[in-house]
Amino acid sequence: MSDIRNSNPDGQDFEPQISATGTDAVGLAAGGSAAPLPGEDKSYSQGQLVVRRFFRHRGALSAMIVLGIVIVVAFTSIGVGPIPGWWPKDYTLQYDKIGDGAPTWEYPFGQDTGGKDYFALVMRGTQFSLIIAFAVGIISTLVGTLIGALAGFYRGWVESILMRMTDVFIVIPLLAVAAVLGRMAGGNGILGLALVLGLVTWTSLARLVRGEVLSLRERDFVLAAQAVGTGAWRIITRHVLPNAVGVIIVSATLSISTAILLETSLSFLGFGVQPPDTSLGTLISEYQAAFTTRPWLFWWPGLMILTIALCVNFIGDGLRDAFDPRQNRSKD
Amino acid sequence: MDGSNFRPVSYSDTLIAFPSRRRAASASKGQPVLKFILRRIGASALVLLGASVLMFVLTIKSGDPLQDLNESNDPNRDALIAERTERMRLDDTWYERYWDWLSGVGGCFTGSCDLGVTVNGIDVLNLTQQAAASTLRLITLSTLLAIVVGVALGILTAIRQYSGFDYTVTFSAFLFFSLPVFWAATLLKEYAAIQYNNWIAVGQYAPWTIVIVGLLAGFLLQAVLGGSARRRIVTAATAFAFVTVVLFAFNALDWWRDPMFGIGGVLVVSAAAGVLVTALVAGLRNRRALYAALTTVVVGVIAYLVTAPLLVNEPSWLLLIGLFVIAVVVSVAVGAAWGGYARKQSMLVSGITGVITSIMVVADLLIAHWSSFLGLKSRPISTIGSQTPNFNGEFWERALDMGTQILLPTILLTLVSVATHSRYTRSSMLETLNQDYVRTARSKGLSEREVIVKHAFRNALIPITTIVAFDFAALIGGAIITEQVFGWKGMGALFQDGLRAVDPAPVMAFFLVTGIAAVLMNLLADIAYAALDPRIRR
Repeated sequence: MSDIRNSNPDGQDFEPQISATGTDAVGLAAGGSAAPLPGEDKSYSQGQLVVRRFFRHRGALSAMIVLGIVIVVAFTSIGVGPIPGWWPKDYTLQYDKIGDGAPTWEYPFGQDTGGKDYFALVMRGTQFSLIIAFAVGIISTLVGTLIGALAGFYRGWVESILMRMTDVFIVIPLLAVAAVLGRMAGGNGILGLALVLGLVTWTSLARLVRGEVLSLRERDFVLAAQAVGTGAWRIITRHVLPNAVGVIIVSATLSISTAILLETSLSFLGFGVQPPDTSLGTLISEYQAAFTTRPWLFWWPGLMILTIALCVNFIGDGLRDAFDPRQNRSKD
Repeated sequence: MDGSNFRPVSYSDTLIAFPSRRRAASASKGQPVLKFILRRIGASALVLLGASVLMFVLTIKSGDPLQDLNESNDPNRDALIAERTERMRLDDTWYERYWDWLSGVGGCFTGSCDLGVTVNGIDVLNLTQQAAASTLRLITLSTLLAIVVGVALGILTAIRQYSGFDYTVTFSAFLFFSLPVFWAATLLKEYAAIQYNNWIAVGQYAPWTIVIVGLLAGFLLQAVLGGSARRRIVTAATAFAFVTVVLFAFNALDWWRDPMFGIGGVLVVSAAAGVLVTALVAGLRNRRALYAALTTVVVGVIAYLVTAPLLVNEPSWLLLIGLFVIAVVVSVAVGAAWGGYARKQSMLVSGITGVITSIMVVADLLIAHWSSFLGLKSRPISTIGSQTPNFNGEFWERALDMGTQILLPTILLTLVSVATHSRYTRSSMLETLNQDYVRTARSKGLSEREVIVKHAFRNALIPITTIVAFDFAALIGGAIITEQVFGWKGMGALFQDGLRAVDPAPVMAFFLVTGIAAVLMNLLADIAYAALDPRIRR
């Protein structure tokens, strides 16, 4: 019974046969209990099922709310570019120090050694780190999906070349190649950094997508599409990839958390974000010596990194459970 | 992130445990395995070659190697620039420089290694040997620890899915791999080193600390062991009582400053470990395995008494390794002698017990030297460096010194790896526990131990080997940061200094070590695959 229910963990309603399985899934799930729970007699599409499963994952839901708050606060408080935010202090100005700069109501995150408002500085670092992380996530997902899909769909020499290329990137430690590229791109601002980081973090996604596509291309609906003369590109984009969307979304989420840790590590080593730009990693690197005297300068940026990475990981886990419910159903 | 799909293996649904006639299968089909391995090595060599070109070009294009000289006001600046240009062959094209480097590396096969010189003219081969030794020491230890702890945690959480314990471990795992390593390192330095060093000067636990530790132990144990509410309460109460009594006794004996373990300690702990190993691997009903384990412990303790004079006074590492090998051989032989109908199982049990007994013996020797070590180094846990400068102690004190230096980076690296290993083991175990062959095993009436250890775990191990292999290579890369924060002069420092100076030789040496480690680990994983999964030995 569980086999039938899970036969299409990540199917979409592009193919009629899969929607039918989706309906079956609910019917079977409810069939086991004596009285169907309210709401379970309704039928859902695959997409709705995924959303429902995701929202039932309490950890992922809270992580999403926390991440949302972090993003909103980081971008509205000190504003973006020319648009001013609601926070009255500026991160460039040095204010009169209150005491030794410990957190007060006026300066909730404290002040740094020169009297700058640390809340504004941390928010600016968070903005940069978030922008880089999301840009890296998007770029690496696009590249990884493209390479994995082409390799998996065409097989033959295309696959050989693409997968050997992936191996080449995998054999170099991620931090090492990122450091070299980061040093090169350091002068080009954070988007340059995000671009090069995205160009080295796609490897695991490419392998996953290839594996998924390898099995999908043998399915009947692909054969049917080929039989009516559909072009390869259209088959990949309209028939194969939508069915691999679960793997892609989960992996994209996790690549964001990899990216945020990678970027902060690089910036900590001095190969990432270069002044005058700042990121959470550079803040920690700058103030780590102050840990014993001014611990707040050290705690806040680290906690921000931890919060963001933790939230993203939880969301990724929730998405994985939602798209692939096999693992959390061992004892029913 | 998900490594389970890396190698497409066609799983049939009717797989039942593992055939025991493995030797026969590999003897008749040994040739294809060798061919397979050779092909893998060939492909890996090509990949390494491609990656080395990429790395070399990226490194030399990453900046200006003459920057510091261009900015200097030295009167003989031009001469220095000319000298460096000459030494690093800056006027040549990238492929000429790469070829130069590659032919130097190629010399390794004919016995004359040449990894080039650094920007200051120091021989990189020498630097690499020292750096690789110190990094591998760090990585190997934490990898081993992480595998043992991570896999054990993964199995426990899979068996107790959705328990309080599962949620706690899951949350901690997420926490640890979301942790910025460089940030956690500073915290660890503060709380695990500086505060501990302050505390060890006194070496007494406050009563409320003991109560909290006892409560924690009780909670954890009942969560892991599970059972009915009454059984849980009994478990928790016993654990609490045991831990608090022991800790108060330690306080009274001033154990933390002047600890002792003794022959009795070795005997009791090893025997307990032997019983536990038997219970897990063979089941306590298999008396022969149990007797084999206990015999091993007794033989081990007697051997310890006999060799004690050798061990206490200035042994050498070689002697220790030799004794360890002998211990393993003897304990496996004890298992074979007791063996009977399940000889292999007994050998495995007594072999593991022998290893544990050896570890206990070393632990006893180290513990016995702790108080004299404290006399030499009053703040034992260091935050920086791989060795205390000017430390003059006897062999075991030097060993303790190395241990306390390696402690913090090892904890850090282990925590992160444990997080990944436990998650992968958990999901892999859950997947196998859902398979039909596990249901079959249960319905045959096998004990839960046999179902989990023999049928579920052995199959779950297959994807785990991939992760462990990948992780080892990733750890060397990740050690760049750990080494930087803890001031270790390892591969990470080599890489960073090289990159800052736009100096390809040390960067490429780093790449060579990590790349070869990655290839070797993948090869090991392939061999482990073949050993674990008979379907692969086609």
